[in-house]
Amino acid sequence: MKERGYFGPFGGAYLPEILVGTFDEFEAAFEAARADPSFWRDYEALMGNYSCRPTPLTYAENLTHHFGGARIYVKREDLNHTGAHKANNVMGQGLLVRRMGKHRVIAETGAGQHGVATATMAAKFGFECTIYMGAVDVARQRPNVFWMERLGAQVVSVTDGSQTLKDAINEAFRDWVTNMDTTHYVLGTACGPHPFPTVVTYFQSIVGQEARRQVLDQTGRLPRRVYACVGGGSNAMGIFSGFLADQGVELVGVEAGGHGLETHRHAARLASSDASVGVAQGYRTYFLQDDDGQMRETHSVAAGLDYVGVSPILANLRETRRVRFEAATDREVVDALSLTVQKEGLIPALESSHAFVQAFKEVGKLPPEDVVVINQSGRGDKDIFTVADAFEDQAWQAFIQQKAEAYRAH
Amino acid sequence: MLTDYLRNQRQERDILLMTHIVLGYPSFDASRRLVEVMVEAGVELMELQLPFSEPIADGPVILRANQQSLAHGSTVDRCLELAAELSRDYPIPFLVMSYYNLLFRRGVARFVGRMEAAGLKGAIVPDLPPEEGEEYLVSMRSAKLDPIFIFSPNTSAERMRMLHQHARGFVYCVARRGVTGSQTDFTAELDRYLARCRAATDLPLALGFGVQSRADVDALRGKVDIAVVGSETLRVLDARGVEAVGSFVAGLRAS
Repeated sequence: MKERGYFGPFGGAYLPEILVGTFDEFEAAFEAARADPSFWRDYEALMGNYSCRPTPLTYAENLTHHFGGARIYVKREDLNHTGAHKANNVMGQGLLVRRMGKHRVIAETGAGQHGVATATMAAKFGFECTIYMGAVDVARQRPNVFWMERLGAQVVSVTDGSQTLKDAINEAFRDWVTNMDTTHYVLGTACGPHPFPTVVTYFQSIVGQEARRQVLDQTGRLPRRVYACVGGGSNAMGIFSGFLADQGVELVGVEAGGHGLETHRHAARLASSDASVGVAQGYRTYFLQDDDGQMRETHSVAAGLDYVGVSPILANLRETRRVRFEAATDREVVDALSLTVQKEGLIPALESSHAFVQAFKEVGKLPPEDVVVINQSGRGDKDIFTVADAFEDQAWQAFIQQKAEAYRAH
Repeated sequence: MLTDYLRNQRQERDILLMTHIVLGYPSFDASRRLVEVMVEAGVELMELQLPFSEPIADGPVILRANQQSLAHGSTVDRCLELAAELSRDYPIPFLVMSYYNLLFRRGVARFVGRMEAAGLKGAIVPDLPPEEGEEYLVSMRSAKLDPIFIFSPNTSAERMRMLHQHARGFVYCVARRGVTGSQTDFTAELDRYLARCRAATDLPLALGFGVQSRADVDALRGKVDIAVVGSETLRVLDARGVEAVGSFVAGLRAS
């Protein structure tokens, strides 16, 4: 534990003694890779020929006319292989796993995107793979469970605690403290003990590097604002990294407002006053917790944002006022998704749709010469069950009933 | 402090017993009864775990006890009140075991003050390495409470010496990789590990994780000072009730 990984007062490495050596090894492997100029080139080449990078930056012309303000550009992480920005971090950590000589990977997953990405990486690199997923999330993200299992991963449904993302993280740590010699834990977001927030941000920064170059090429100017949804914070850190040094670019993180901040049924750690600083899951940040320090239940229509903690890097960027944080409610998210599908033919994930909500609230007030960038962190096809329920789509319900009857008749 | 007490007890017996309970599991009344039967069964030292919603170093048995205690409305105040009552009523030393967030939320100095007022003798905080624990170490020292640190089979000799610099009371040696509550193989490999622990510190050594039977305790005589029995007592409690825990603990050691 040479470096403790603090960002202002946030971060750190609050590790059980048994894992200290494992983290030292991981940090050393990462630092060696980062110092090796060929490593980033290898990473970019891998992402280029395996995962459609660079992903496009799309001008959303119809939405721009609809709101009549700043021009809207969308960074298309939905076109990354496996359908989300998650692959950037996962493939990068896969290269580190090879360098460390380990042959098994484990991961937690909320929405299932990180689980699918990890299972995909394991299939490509020939690693064994176990994915931990809260039982509540298994129930609402069945299509991703199906693909993880087809990809050869074992999916463990976690029935402890609130049965969501934080409980999957706890279970993954329990596996790791037993199997650290053979196994690397591919943490999926810019949270957890040092060096995870730094490692995940490093790989995700490819999003921001591309986006900055693309927006300059296409518009000749830097964006006025950049919007990203914030669960753990990896897609936000990815795109924000490209613009942190540009003081004129306002960075906006959008958290899950759930049923509304006033109902306290949400997952807004930085945009609400309900969270407080704590230490859990190995790091210090804002958590939704009670006065004793017990974690509270969170709520979001988007499983990938339904988490009690948040990246320590983002917590610090709020403290320094470099990033502004807002929240979008479940209802607003479904409406923004619907509008985006109809106007642009884009299908953002429910998670990503949070970023669209906030941009839609603001673009009309900005002048037409301004540009904003929204990070479409993932694609929404995986959410078909949740979205169909939100729209109360009768034809879809009839289809599912027919399908069930056909299975029953077998 | 604890070290002197443990050394004195070792004059009487060649292996001491430390047991563990989760406060408020299955109820606060049951916690009282459990301590009573454990003290009657002769344990020299006890860990009182304050439940936490995210106990990442604990296995399934203790994890569920934490969750159920919280589901029944367990609070930090109620746990510390019970700890004070137990420290007053029984002649053995009690330690707090919990995760750092409970201390951090209350304010570390204030929490340590409450432990001192409750008559507790020390604390085990498994997710607080000394690198992150400066305020805790200072507060514990001024309250004359012992911060217990942990050695694991993955801990280097250099790191063991660093931990020894901060440790008071005794050192808790984790027998193997993994979380609490699985079996441990008491083999030559364990002997080599304990020899490394012994070389790093002159404090008494406790061995925990996987001590489940009298044979396990017998195997530790002459190698460590304290055998720690944790998850197994919870299993006995769940299967056969409080009274069975008393006879299980008494049976761990031939008198």
